[in-house]
Amino acid sequence: MNPATSLPNNHAQSRNRGAYLQNRVLKPLFSHLVMIVVVLFIMFPMIYAILLSTQTPAEYYRMQLLPGTAFLENARQAWSQVNMDQLLWNTISVALVVATGKIILSIIGAFAFVYFDFKGKTLIFILILVTHMLPLEVRIVPTFELLDNLGWVNDFKSLTVPFFASATGILLFRQLYQTIPPTLADAARMDGAGPLQFLAYVVLPLSRTNIAALFLIEFIFMWNQYLWPLVIANSPETRMIQIGLKQLVATDAAVEWHLVMSGVVIAALPPLILLVLLQKNLIQGIALYEDK
Amino acid sequence: MSQTRFPNRILPYLLLAPMVVIVIIFFLYPSAQSLYLSVFRVSPLGDRKIFVGLENFTRLLSSKDYLNSLLVSVRFAGIVVLFGLSASLVSAVIANQRLRGFAVYRALMIWPYALSPAIAGLVWGLMMNPNFGLGAVLLKRFTGIEFNYLTNGTSALLFLALAAMWKMFGYNIVFFLAGLQGLPTELLEAASLDGAGAWTKFWRVTFPLLSPTTFFLFVMNTLYAFFEVFGLVHITTGGGPGQATNLLVFNLYKDGFIAMNVGYASAQSILLLIMVATLTILQFRYAGEKVHYQ
Repeated sequence: MNPATSLPNNHAQSRNRGAYLQNRVLKPLFSHLVMIVVVLFIMFPMIYAILLSTQTPAEYYRMQLLPGTAFLENARQAWSQVNMDQLLWNTISVALVVATGKIILSIIGAFAFVYFDFKGKTLIFILILVTHMLPLEVRIVPTFELLDNLGWVNDFKSLTVPFFASATGILLFRQLYQTIPPTLADAARMDGAGPLQFLAYVVLPLSRTNIAALFLIEFIFMWNQYLWPLVIANSPETRMIQIGLKQLVATDAAVEWHLVMSGVVIAALPPLILLVLLQKNLIQGIALYEDK
Repeated sequence: MSQTRFPNRILPYLLLAPMVVIVIIFFLYPSAQSLYLSVFRVSPLGDRKIFVGLENFTRLLSSKDYLNSLLVSVRFAGIVVLFGLSASLVSAVIANQRLRGFAVYRALMIWPYALSPAIAGLVWGLMMNPNFGLGAVLLKRFTGIEFNYLTNGTSALLFLALAAMWKMFGYNIVFFLAGLQGLPTELLEAASLDGAGAWTKFWRVTFPLLSPTTFFLFVMNTLYAFFEVFGLVHITTGGGPGQATNLLVFNLYKDGFIAMNVGYASAQSILLLIMVATLTILQFRYAGEKVHYQ
């Protein structure tokens, strides 16, 4: 055997094995490790919050990391302390009404932009896009005064109606409608269907994924509102849940963390459940929106 | 693609009317009011107005409190945008691999999107509680660092940034993953065939191709850090200790609704408006070829 030929061969083999080890074992292992650290960083604070919602102050002051005994008792106390029925009811209705209203106005608006020619189209489109530049904070004082003059302070109208306009919604549906094959509308017209029939029977069924995505986004958006409900609707009848949490924190004595975490768990659950249910639609909707 | 048009003349206006009416009444009119009020001094009850020109603005920009608030906000936004975006980009690139179990990781990373900044603040307030919060206690035991967000200004700002990034992580991951899945795989495969390592592939192929997503998220994260964190501050630090976490929106709330200084608050609104407008115009410019006005 000639050592001059076998040596490089061996060498190549061990190099291959090294590369195999690196690509198939070490890299995935490293990726798994990074992912586990990231997931822990994301998950742990919430798990810790849930843990605390089950404990008594004595248990969490000695930093017990096991579920405690007071889950129901904490929930009951937090529930009655801030009138949780009312908070949940208020927040659910506001979030539902706003999400639904936004979706309806966005669909008919986007439909108008895509399927009609009319005077002032560009102007109206820009008008709606401009809302992107006007978050509540840049108009909060006059908006408050306006609603005060309308008599809408501590009224559900002020938590819903101003939120119905949505540039995001218009863009999302407009983007979708531009991709619907024109032959569909041609066929509908030839069959004598009017635009509203076309909207109801063809366009609407095609909008399902986007409706679900926008519903999720807007429900969560409203559920998490803080500044506006604080200034415009901070009465027992109209208070929303984030402000209720602030009430749980703002006691004269030391913060009762077990009760606060009980409230956190209750307030976080509805949007989380919705996210889990509609997550697929969100990702599809975003892919489309991104594509604009 | 050009869509078929229906011939109706009135219908499109009827369809757009509700949205346009709301935009005019609740967006344009109050914004114009903000601009108008920003050049007046208004009595707390709103019954008397004196025209003062740009006095509110000059007072703002020479006010120590306001400049501090501006600085605090810029610092906060800088941390949230820079670290939050880098961390979520790296995580998304790693999570995007087709390896067993990675779908689970992806699902477990995006859910903080559903939480409010206020809840993020409470959850991290617990983690970093100086007496019994696991995060603060472990930090002290292993590094000796006293992290007390209730008494130390730097800790307080870092604490808020941490909570804000944690909450935004899910949102960023969703968009980065969507962007990554839209990348042409041929380019990455070609780079692999040319012997490019993971590092080179990331900087030469993935990062440049992903830049529209990154830029979009840069704008969204900046807006978030300036505007959407009011609840986070209000429910945890209340702007303190001292003025250490007095972010611009919190300052605006205090001047507009606690001190009832309407003109002064409106001037702050206008400065914020200029900022948002700049960012939005940049965004539309950058994504210019993708927006069609028709």
